[in-house]
Amino acid sequence: MKKLLAVSTALTAIAAPALADVTVMSWGGSYATSQVEAYIKPYTAETGVKVNMVDADNPATPVKAMVEANNVTVDIADVEYADAIRLCDEGMLEEIDPAMLPPAPDGTPATEDFLPGALTDCAVSTIVFSTVFAYDTSKFPEGPKSIADFFDLEKFPGKRAMRKGAKANLEMALMADGVPAADVYATLETPEGVDRAFATLDKIKKDTIWWEAGAQPPQLLADGEVAMTTAYNGRIFAAAVTEGKPFAVVWDGQVYEYDLFVIPKGAPNLEEAKKFLAFATDTQRLADQAKWISYGPARKSSGALVGLFMDGKTEMGPHMPTSAENLTNALPSSYEFWVDRDSELNERFNAWLAAN
Amino acid sequence: MASETRSDDFVVFDHVQKSYDGVSLVVKDLNLNIGKGEFLTMLGPSGSGKTTCLMMLAGFETATHGEIRLDGRNINLVPPHKRGIGMVFQNYALFPHMTVGENLSFPLEVRGMGKDERETKIKRALDMVQMGAFANRRPAQLSGGQQQRIALARALVFDPALVLMDEPLGALDKQLREHMQFEIKHLHESLGITVVYVTHDQGEALTMSDRVAVFNDGRIQQLAPPADLYERPDNSFVAQFIGENNKLTGAVEELSGDKALVRLSTGELIDATPVNVTAKGQQTLVSIRPERVEFKPEMMPPGAHMIDATVLEIIYMGDILRARLRVAGHDDFVMKMRNTIGQTKLSPGQQIKIGWHPADARALDPM
Amino acid sequence: MTDTTAPLTTADGRPLKAALAAAQSRARRKAFFLVAPLLLFVVVTFIIPIGQMLQRSVYHDGFSKEALNLAAWFDANPEGTAPDEAAFAALAADLRQMKDNKSAGEAGTRINYTVPGTRSLFTSSARGADKLEPPFKEALLAQDKKWGDPLIWSAMRAASSPWTSDFYLIATDRARTADGGIEQVPEKERIYIWLFAKTFVLSALITGICLLLAFPIAHLLATLPMARANLLMILVLLPFWTSLLVRTTSWIVLLQGQGVVNNILVSLGLVSDDGRITMIYNQTGTIIVMTHILLPFMVLPLYSVMRTIKPSYARAARSLGATSWTTFRRIYLPQTLPGIGAGALLVFILAVGYYITPALVGGADGQLISNLIQFHMSKSNWSLAAALSGMLLLGVLLLYWLYDRLVGIDKLKLG
Repeated sequence: MKKLLAVSTALTAIAAPALADVTVMSWGGSYATSQVEAYIKPYTAETGVKVNMVDADNPATPVKAMVEANNVTVDIADVEYADAIRLCDEGMLEEIDPAMLPPAPDGTPATEDFLPGALTDCAVSTIVFSTVFAYDTSKFPEGPKSIADFFDLEKFPGKRAMRKGAKANLEMALMADGVPAADVYATLETPEGVDRAFATLDKIKKDTIWWEAGAQPPQLLADGEVAMTTAYNGRIFAAAVTEGKPFAVVWDGQVYEYDLFVIPKGAPNLEEAKKFLAFATDTQRLADQAKWISYGPARKSSGALVGLFMDGKTEMGPHMPTSAENLTNALPSSYEFWVDRDSELNERFNAWLAAN
Repeated sequence: MASETRSDDFVVFDHVQKSYDGVSLVVKDLNLNIGKGEFLTMLGPSGSGKTTCLMMLAGFETATHGEIRLDGRNINLVPPHKRGIGMVFQNYALFPHMTVGENLSFPLEVRGMGKDERETKIKRALDMVQMGAFANRRPAQLSGGQQQRIALARALVFDPALVLMDEPLGALDKQLREHMQFEIKHLHESLGITVVYVTHDQGEALTMSDRVAVFNDGRIQQLAPPADLYERPDNSFVAQFIGENNKLTGAVEELSGDKALVRLSTGELIDATPVNVTAKGQQTLVSIRPERVEFKPEMMPPGAHMIDATVLEIIYMGDILRARLRVAGHDDFVMKMRNTIGQTKLSPGQQIKIGWHPADARALDPM
Repeated sequence: MTDTTAPLTTADGRPLKAALAAAQSRARRKAFFLVAPLLLFVVVTFIIPIGQMLQRSVYHDGFSKEALNLAAWFDANPEGTAPDEAAFAALAADLRQMKDNKSAGEAGTRINYTVPGTRSLFTSSARGADKLEPPFKEALLAQDKKWGDPLIWSAMRAASSPWTSDFYLIATDRARTADGGIEQVPEKERIYIWLFAKTFVLSALITGICLLLAFPIAHLLATLPMARANLLMILVLLPFWTSLLVRTTSWIVLLQGQGVVNNILVSLGLVSDDGRITMIYNQTGTIIVMTHILLPFMVLPLYSVMRTIKPSYARAARSLGATSWTTFRRIYLPQTLPGIGAGALLVFILAVGYYITPALVGGADGQLISNLIQFHMSKSNWSLAAALSGMLLLGVLLLYWLYDRLVGIDKLKLG
């Protein structure tokens, strides 16, 4: 097995141009494009160091294989939060000292400038994507304003859609029931808190359709199947701005998560990688990325610098999960909580779903 | 005994017509009376309408026109299960998921008969066909002949007055078939039931029946007892269809009462009995049975005409000798001779003269 | 006649049985070589994976391979012994080991399966394991008082051997108590038994509907002239040639609130615009769509059996005095039983394991057990998924056995 991995990683190594000083592995598509435009091009222009970009379906998988085979050809990888924690737990990543990250322009240190939870032992967040709720503006001219409205069928009648799963739904339910974002996970740790969340979900259970794929919620909205739905913010943005659908996002009670940069253990150009990482995650670079994609920068200080979408007319600020006005009542999703409680709460959730 | 209860109208087909497609008639104006206790056979080639008639009688087909009466009652609209007619099918149609006993029990159960009575009747029916030991077998465990007996027993177990049989022996080998013919005939006589029997096997029809209805082209060509059918066919179809038969074509030269003189197309004169000819000069087909052809002048009635023949072939068949002759330009004239001591030996190439009794040559319609 | 008890021999004196065996062994070897590729294929692609799956349901070494000291302590002290200083020392040693091996997450995950909320306990404690000083009991309790929870000790004892029944416990809505006993989980969290029952009931219902719909179709197919039967057969088989996903999605288009059926009903005035019927994203949707998808599996065996039933049986029954209903009930129906059995077994087994359709159109209450199996697969809890699959397999085998006892497997006719 190891031999096979060695061969396959060796092939990857051959495929990568030998002149590149830093190799970044990301997810491809428009997301990778945004990283090339916002991070790599300015970095090369400024330092002359070549940065090469390679794609993977999920970079965590090849990273794990490379480290296990002791043949690492990537210096930086873009991974999801769960994988960042797991790989770090398994000792496959370099630890990253937050002191090496540049402070905000106003001098705020990185540890405080990054959003809560955005920095872990082995990873630095770059962007934030969010589970929000969205509605059809043609159905509600006086649209809902708060997360409580999503669970209020009297004020806003109509079908709802939510992701089929406990994650994000329970948090939103608690926030709708008046739990401050900061206390949500502490509340969910207690049986009473879980009961409270389900009691809130009970209010709309009969009128709710449950989606599973990220593409479903904008479709359900477009078909008129539901009046409101929870969704990933990027999907609603795409439908609203690119396709001109009458959809609006309500940021109150949003639950956001990070995508992170990690350095695999045994990266061939460790020092260069660290320099690039520091550059790519500074305030300006993270703000620039929003020009290319509707995900929010992981630094608070970047919010103010976010400009127009690449169409040249859409102001990105309001579409960012991380812009100050959208963060008034927002909750960072807790990976630690969910690895501990995933099975338990999903069993409860499924039992709840199935009960009539 | 059976003939005492016989009345001539137990089953009546009254101007019955049947069409499947609305364009052509499969059965054309059928009129047929079947007496009580009679064994009547419907004989004919496939497609002649005989099976359709049987199915109309059983109730699986409805007559397009006309009336079918059973025991004086019009049964055109009576569904099959209320007709009380026993039926034996070509492939027996024994229910494969039931034992022999259950198969026989079925018609009694649907008549709401009690258990004891059923068992008595089943036993009697099985004994009747010598299958008493097989009540617990499944049909698949029986031979063809045994299945045949069970099918017969099942059709009889509920004491129907009329039993229909649709080529019931078609699937059996020759020996078994002949044996079963005898058994069926025997059952018919001992039970006094009326049987309508369909077959395309003329031998079977002749052995078993009181009367035979020869079907062709949707019509009955002749309805007669077997001997009449064989010896006095009404038309050339019947003559051809029943038994072996030599045919010679010609024109009527002289016609007087029950005698006719026919000049063959090759010029010879032969004697015949006029059946379907009415005037001199008419074209006719003369039919002569091979076993009635004579080649010894001393056996011929005085004044009978004889014609020339050439022996082409002699086939030894055990009980008889079969000679193929060239007569009046045809190579397929057959003469049968009994294989007796002192029978004259013929050999191929030999020139002989043949003749027959005028009553044995029937001048029929030209085909 | 010779004495029949003496063994028969061939002409050259060899025992007849031996000669026969020798003569047949060549043919048997040949037959084996012909079957061998398929046998190998089945072993590699079917028996081995299923065996591994079943093994996974009773084997998980995530904790046991990292907690050797604890395992030794558990061996030395019987069930019910309160953890003493020695136990905590062993725990501390194991945590240190986990920190060095970076395996605290994996070990914690294993305990987390049975006691939720403990993965972080392991990862955070392992992080500080180097700083632990004796007495370890106080030190560890000071770090996190959860370490005093007897439930966790009971779970660790159960997980200290890689062979475990934990996953079957979870799959039957049961949990270990602190003293090592077994109890049902709180009612609000019971899901698996209920879902198994629901899966079997729904599958039986779908099988029943399929039978009701397929029987007349199959009968028509079997009695129509060949040319028209073939045309109709193509219509029956058409769904087979369409992607499952496409078919399922078309049902969504038809049945959804703003879908074709509802639009027609509304335009006909049969239902009001607000009273649109919910036919999809619920149990009804699952039943409708699965019935449609599985129907051909019922039609085909029925058709193949019905085609062999000669019409003369029905005629014979009618001539023997049976009404058409009696003829159907006592003559036709019993003869179609092999087809009904095959179709029902096929549809039922397929329905029990169906996943995509309930996932797409099931909504909240149309979920089946397979959806939860998939859920646990996606959450990397393969052992629980395996245990659930194992139970499903057992259920199906049980059914198969029952069928064999009641109808006889030799009567099965699949076409």
